[in-house]
Amino acid sequence: MKRKLEISELIFKILSYTLLTVFALCCLYPFVYAVSASISGRHAVEYGEVVLYPKDVQFAAFNQMFNDNMFWNAYSNTLFLTIYGTIWALGVAILGAYALSKKRLLFRTFFNFFLVFTMWFAAGIVPQYLNYLATKSVFNSAGITDDKWLVVIAMGMAAMNIILLRNAFEGVPSEIEEAAIVDGATEFQVLSKVFIPMSKSTIATVALFFAISRWNGYFWARQMITNKNEHPLQVFIRLQLEQYTDSEFMAGWDKPYASDSVIYALIVCSIVPILIIYPFIQKYFAKGTNAGGVKE
Amino acid sequence: MKNRAGDFLVRDKATGTWRESPEQVVRDDVEKHYWRHVINMIVKDWRLYVMLIPTILVFLFWRYLPMYELLGSFKVSDQVKSVADQYFAGFSYFKTLLVGTGTLTTEFWRAMRNTFLLSFYGLLFGFPMPILLALFFNEIRSNAARSVYQVLTYLPKFMSTVVMTSLVAMLVKQSSVTLGTQPGIISQLLADLGLISRETANAGLLNDPQFFRAIYQISGIWETAGYDSIVFFAAIIAISPTSYEAAQIDGAGKMAQMRYVVLPSILSTIVIMLITRIGSMLSIGYEKVLLLYNTNTYMTADVVSTFAQRYGLAGAQKGIASAAEMMNNVVGMLLVIGANTIARKASNVSLY
Repeated sequence: MKRKLEISELIFKILSYTLLTVFALCCLYPFVYAVSASISGRHAVEYGEVVLYPKDVQFAAFNQMFNDNMFWNAYSNTLFLTIYGTIWALGVAILGAYALSKKRLLFRTFFNFFLVFTMWFAAGIVPQYLNYLATKSVFNSAGITDDKWLVVIAMGMAAMNIILLRNAFEGVPSEIEEAAIVDGATEFQVLSKVFIPMSKSTIATVALFFAISRWNGYFWARQMITNKNEHPLQVFIRLQLEQYTDSEFMAGWDKPYASDSVIYALIVCSIVPILIIYPFIQKYFAKGTNAGGVKE
Repeated sequence: MKNRAGDFLVRDKATGTWRESPEQVVRDDVEKHYWRHVINMIVKDWRLYVMLIPTILVFLFWRYLPMYELLGSFKVSDQVKSVADQYFAGFSYFKTLLVGTGTLTTEFWRAMRNTFLLSFYGLLFGFPMPILLALFFNEIRSNAARSVYQVLTYLPKFMSTVVMTSLVAMLVKQSSVTLGTQPGIISQLLADLGLISRETANAGLLNDPQFFRAIYQISGIWETAGYDSIVFFAAIIAISPTSYEAAQIDGAGKMAQMRYVVLPSILSTIVIMLITRIGSMLSIGYEKVLLLYNTNTYMTADVVSTFAQRYGLAGAQKGIASAAEMMNNVVGMLLVIGANTIARKASNVSLY
């Protein structure tokens, strides 16, 4: 028998649906507007006639961007930073977390504190900047003039991610490790054949965290990468925005589409790839927030 | 008498004298050769220590070496000399910032106040939102419909800070008198609704110090509320249906169920998230502020890290900048440690 909904329940249900719908639409609206504005005609965009639907559809703004070599350059730089940065950070983190997960490691408490302290206290922007500058000069004198390698190697490590991995490795039953050792596995084989396959989902989560922070990285990339051709997408977008909202630049704008459309097109192009892979990464994303660094 | 591991003397049956137990011999040996024992352990497991080296080096070079540069806050800033060679300046920068009379002092205190207020409003308005969303998600029985709502609300989280701030800047941008263009669409809608005046909308909301905090918080809620609700929703769906049934049999209406079933079940999650949030109050993300503020809005937007960025990186007063940020970060660290201690006491769960 289906229980009759009580009146308070009904009210709450209606309230939930209404407020959720409003909130979801508010979340969605800026994206819809961005898409519409990027493909609408100049007059419609500049005079605020586009509210929801595109008007006088044109694709020239997208065209301009796709024909801009700097855009593709920025995209490939971001891919470079994301791929190599994630591989480097994940590799370092897995090795470190494996060692830290072993009870027989001496000075384990000290090493753990060594990592955790960096989550409590950071030196700050200026000392970090001086430090990166010094690193940069070391890299340059070693013949690495591409600043992207500086970003890949020196930045983006997070103690939290190592702790997440360490906790996952600690959860692997010691009997399995012992069985592998009895079978003659070396330390490295134990890691690669037992521990990594058994903590696949945590590794995927951590890899995702690293990749996202690489993809989104802006401030230090802008500070440290001097060569304009090596700028990642985020820096490129920001520089474009600064240029396109400059009043002198706007006054000289003579294209048949609005200058705003180019920025909106850029925004759309930076979100679309993430939307495409979103369904595949969603479960790891949700997992990460629950795992946290919580330990009993 | 049976020999136990704790005894350090045993009686020799043949001679009737006391001598050290075998365990104590081992213990003495370990104590005597402690460092040899340590080295033996390290040699035996040398692979583990090799694996740890990259992590140690990365943190040493790029997390701990910058802390050495903090010495600069006690030394006279110099563009050429390294920190070690600079002249000692004592606490003069700290004095200038805390009790001076110049613009640096006023700007520093303004930045401290803004840092605190942005976090505080974030706590006040931003913190309850994910909990409410989770409660609402729980009301939707159809999985498909709920997934749609969830995906829509998680969506903004997938933008980077740069893209998010660019979008915000475009949506509330100023109008141009010379070109005759209209302000951004959100400004237009707000002006149409009568919430802000036409002039304010035309001047651009990001140029008005009055609106900075609101824009910061609303964009923050827009970006993270959906995603942050995941953890609360997970706590809510973990509640056993029998709890609701029992409450219903006892005649509990919806509000009573909320009060006596749902709230107690997710309270520990709320407490932990709240404490984490309070702990990280002073470590406000500088990127977002840096990307949203401009010279017109320093009054309400300038936080300590952007203050440090402006004076230390754009300007050249590195000593002042490091001193300002160091004070902020030390207070922040005390907050984190304090919050963690409270969390451990309150729920037996330690965050680190």
